[in-house]
Amino acid sequence: MLERVQSERIQSDRTMIDIRDVTRSYGSFKALDNASLAIREGEFFSLLGPSGCGKTTLLRMIAGFDTPTSGSIAVDGQPMDGIPANRRPTNMVFQSYAIFPHLNVEQNVAYGLKRLKLRGGEEERRVEEALAQVSLTGLGKRRATELSGGQRQRVALARALVMRPKVLLLDEPLSALDKKLREQMQVELRRLQQAVGITFVLVTHDQYEALAMSDRIAVMFGGRIAQVASPKEIYQRPVNRQVADFLGGMNFVKAEIVEENGASLVLDTLGFGRVRTDKPKSFMRNGGAATLGIRPERLRVLWDNATAKFEVAGKVVERHYFGEITHLIVEIAGLEKPLSVTETNDFGADDIPVGASIRLAYDPEALVAMAD
Amino acid sequence: MTATRRFLPGWLSSYATLYILFLYLPVIFLPIFSINTAATPKFPLSGITLHWYEDLPKTPALIDATWNSLIVGVSASILSTVLGILAARSITRYRYPGRRAINGLIMAPLVLPEVIVAISMLLVMLQLGLSLSLFTVVLGHVLICIPYSMTVLTSGFEGFDRSLEEASADLGESAFGTFRRVTLPMVAPAIISSLLVCFTISLDEFIIAFFLTGTEATLPIYIWGQLRFAAKLPGVLALGTLLLLASFVLMTIAEILRRRAARRTQNEGGLHA
Repeated sequence: MLERVQSERIQSDRTMIDIRDVTRSYGSFKALDNASLAIREGEFFSLLGPSGCGKTTLLRMIAGFDTPTSGSIAVDGQPMDGIPANRRPTNMVFQSYAIFPHLNVEQNVAYGLKRLKLRGGEEERRVEEALAQVSLTGLGKRRATELSGGQRQRVALARALVMRPKVLLLDEPLSALDKKLREQMQVELRRLQQAVGITFVLVTHDQYEALAMSDRIAVMFGGRIAQVASPKEIYQRPVNRQVADFLGGMNFVKAEIVEENGASLVLDTLGFGRVRTDKPKSFMRNGGAATLGIRPERLRVLWDNATAKFEVAGKVVERHYFGEITHLIVEIAGLEKPLSVTETNDFGADDIPVGASIRLAYDPEALVAMAD
Repeated sequence: MTATRRFLPGWLSSYATLYILFLYLPVIFLPIFSINTAATPKFPLSGITLHWYEDLPKTPALIDATWNSLIVGVSASILSTVLGILAARSITRYRYPGRRAINGLIMAPLVLPEVIVAISMLLVMLQLGLSLSLFTVVLGHVLICIPYSMTVLTSGFEGFDRSLEEASADLGESAFGTFRRVTLPMVAPAIISSLLVCFTISLDEFIIAFFLTGTEATLPIYIWGQLRFAAKLPGVLALGTLLLLASFVLMTIAEILRRRAARRTQNEGGLHA
């Protein structure tokens, strides 16, 4: 709770990175296609998408390692056109960490400071401070080749942060770590960002990572930005099936548009009947058909004689046990694809026999309308 | 099964001993006879002396040959290392059509018969109207040294993570600063190793030098000339011993450096080290 309050204090509405109509072509292939994006000061922003979606290309263009074919990028109001990487107010944490193997930890962290010719022990003080920020105090003399994966990552972070950049760019920084360490680093990275208040731009293909750490996320596919929103909105109100699918499981149900007005849609579906949903801001009608989506965990099993205002009945065809939860595959009359349902095991969902007839409750709020 | 297992270690170690003897026996004869008081290489030794070594610096023709060899060795090693750096960098860094073919063609002189290479180089030099001198020897040596230089440098450059140079630029360093503070220190051991290997090869090379030199002899040519006089044999043996020693030391240093360079660049990949 406290972190939320802090993050709102640090974040402002000032734009830190202004990306305008940026396209990057390689021959006839467009790695990035007319992308526009405004990343705010003090924000933890994630570029999320599958490999080849253009997220790394965009990050490298912000850093200055790649140049837009057209369009412009400005950092803190300064246009970056023609400014090489070594004169940009950005620093990067590389996917491979790029720790200089011929230098020790301290020398790695001090690498960029050497050029600044700081006086009176200022350099040593800043290196110490940066090492403390990433919990590496006392390891300054360690050789780069003697570090573990997690430690290398911390050195890479300290080396970038010690430069006090306006923007810290992170290129899949956690992908080389094992699961446990990755989850621990997610929390630490978020905490670090809150503490230093610097704008972080993270590139990742891991949706959970993006959801857990970001203030806002841009989901990208095939060189285009599909949606920019908060993690909650991206997860709950994806603009299309592609985004919905990438952000975890989603049941898709064919729907017919009956009525469309400014704020809401009325859809006819088999299975869920006639439903009224919020119309997404970016909804673009494409004929009379639409898709209705619902997340598996938003369908709840109704026990015994319990009733709900909104429910569907069906038959369990498969059951998969995952420890704290159970996945049920439920066939519903009229639906061409069975629904997948995630239920916690507190009430014995793991004991529902395959073949059982069950009823599922849902909140109409959880239904998302998507253009086909 | 157990019988063979019990028998094998003994058999294997005698095989290994013979193997090493076969490789190094001729080499061991050289220093042994070079300290013999008699001029004829025959056992038993008639006495031990360093006399032949003491005589070496008193031979003006030998001093000249040494100088020639040094000049040729230094020039050939620098030239082939520079050319090797360019080629190795291109082959390890960039992907382009014909990369493998070019690599193969550069490495080919390694397996060409040296006599043939020497004759064809002689023909080319004469066609070009170049008079034979140490300079033509240098050209010949560069040709045979480049494959070795390439081998050493490629293993030093391979796995050089490009993001190291990007990280340097990202941290504010200029292109020249990056070369000085990152690229050079990382590949320096490989470069020194290449220089040493090429120098050693040039120092020991006979056939090409023999064909391409004019009146100026290099050390191997001088040695060959001395072999005509039986009385000069111990001197030749002493000189040979020194050359052998120099080659051995240089190659050992080169190999240590090459390994260090390879470890430096390739360790970078081990994320869970």
